[in-house]
Amino acid sequence: MTTLRMKNPAASRQPSRFNWLKISVFMLCLLPLARAAWIVLSGMAVNPVEFITRSTGTWTLSFLLITLAISPLRQLSGWSWPLRLRRMLGLYAFFYGCLHFTTYVWLDQFFDWPGMLHDIAKRPFITVGFAAMLLMTPLAITSTQGWMKRLKRNWGRLHRLVYPVALLGVLHYWWLVKKDLTQPMLYASVLAVLLGWRLLRKLRQRSS
Amino acid sequence: MLIKKPADIQPSEITPEGVYFNRRQFMLGSAGLLLSGETLAALAGKKSPLSSADKPNSLKDISSYNNYYEFGTDKSEPALYAGSLKTRPWNVVVDGEVGKVRSFGIEELLKQPLEERIYRLRCVEGWSMVIPWIGFPLASLLKQVAPTSRAKYVAFETLQRPSEMPGQRSRVLDWPYREGLRMDEAMHPLTILAVGLYNDVLPNQNGAPIRLVVPWKYGFKSIKSIVRIHLQEQMPATSWNMANAHEYGFYSNVNPEVDHPRWSQASERRIGEFLKRKTLMFNGYGDQVASLYRGMDLRRNF
Repeated sequence: MTTLRMKNPAASRQPSRFNWLKISVFMLCLLPLARAAWIVLSGMAVNPVEFITRSTGTWTLSFLLITLAISPLRQLSGWSWPLRLRRMLGLYAFFYGCLHFTTYVWLDQFFDWPGMLHDIAKRPFITVGFAAMLLMTPLAITSTQGWMKRLKRNWGRLHRLVYPVALLGVLHYWWLVKKDLTQPMLYASVLAVLLGWRLLRKLRQRSS
Repeated sequence: MLIKKPADIQPSEITPEGVYFNRRQFMLGSAGLLLSGETLAALAGKKSPLSSADKPNSLKDISSYNNYYEFGTDKSEPALYAGSLKTRPWNVVVDGEVGKVRSFGIEELLKQPLEERIYRLRCVEGWSMVIPWIGFPLASLLKQVAPTSRAKYVAFETLQRPSEMPGQRSRVLDWPYREGLRMDEAMHPLTILAVGLYNDVLPNQNGAPIRLVVPWKYGFKSIKSIVRIHLQEQMPATSWNMANAHEYGFYSNVNPEVDHPRWSQASERRIGEFLKRKTLMFNGYGDQVASLYRGMDLRRNF
């Protein structure tokens, strides 16, 4: 992952346009939460806790994949504006991840700490999900400009953790499904394309 | 003179939301029934002392949250797609180790002395419901075919008809769906064949027109839309065991002490309740069924 100084002269001339972009994407990213709230509050979900768990979980994965799609999109299109959205999208992945984790701790396990420790130790799909959540936390904390400056080169190194986070997240989904792997396979193949693209670029850069 | 008070509107008389929102499919289904010259009559079942005192879930919950992979693997899919299943004509063949092979038409089965059995249903996934089934003991059907002394097990098969069961077009399970019971489990008074719920015929997504209900076992043992019952000497192959023998055993009795390899079975979420409740041994039917398994290692025979 390359970190670029976000000094785009065009942007500083038209700051309002980019604010609007950010604000619209910010609102758009809240739609999955609004939809879930509507489905639960209107009583449409027969098993609301299961529904919230599923919904927040799949949206965490989706936001991770969208965040990972930013660099390829920039490289393919030559546009620089998607980069301005990357931090927000990554933070949204963390946000939905926190909702997912809170649903497990509160609504599913109801603060049964020994029970949850047992789960984390004994059930591989929970182990990898918990690991992904843990690894995502320092990325969210160090997402600010201040931390970027403080960590210098190490910031980029640290944020490569997003790759294991995404891999563990997909594995978490893969291992919890009872039989039909269609959905986890979909996330896994998108992730494979996004990581494969990076690998190919690396190899091509090395050979040239 | 006896002046009868008009009865309150039964919950079962109110069109469930799922049916209301799927009225196109419902109309199609009704049209099909009209064409076949048949009308759906409400079913009545005698109250039973074997019924649970727990409060039944709503018809909407029971008929819109189903595991029925023949119509899709998502629990909302059976309610959406089961309308395409034609349940008339319907025959259940009972053969194998029997004195007389019989084929029962669904009309004949609906004429059996019916009872209402309010049972808890515990899914292997960790949720549960309470369902007011209408049905009759499987034992009373089996007695009519005179099982031989070699009949040690009962094997069941669901209809295989991919044209009406879209889920069967994918290989997610090895179709047709198969289940099985030991003979003493099959003859147990709690084991019933259900033909209805909430005083009406079964909704298609709940296994119409006839399904098994074994309340002390995980839900997947209670096979739906049965077309064949085969009595045999060998333990039959069963679908989830064939799919993953490590996770789903032949017995699959509800047991809070034996976890699913990937999740705990110690507690369950009763649909409609906020907090989880503790799962009971044999789903709370231990007094009636524990003796069937005396001396058996239930951890090995999970």
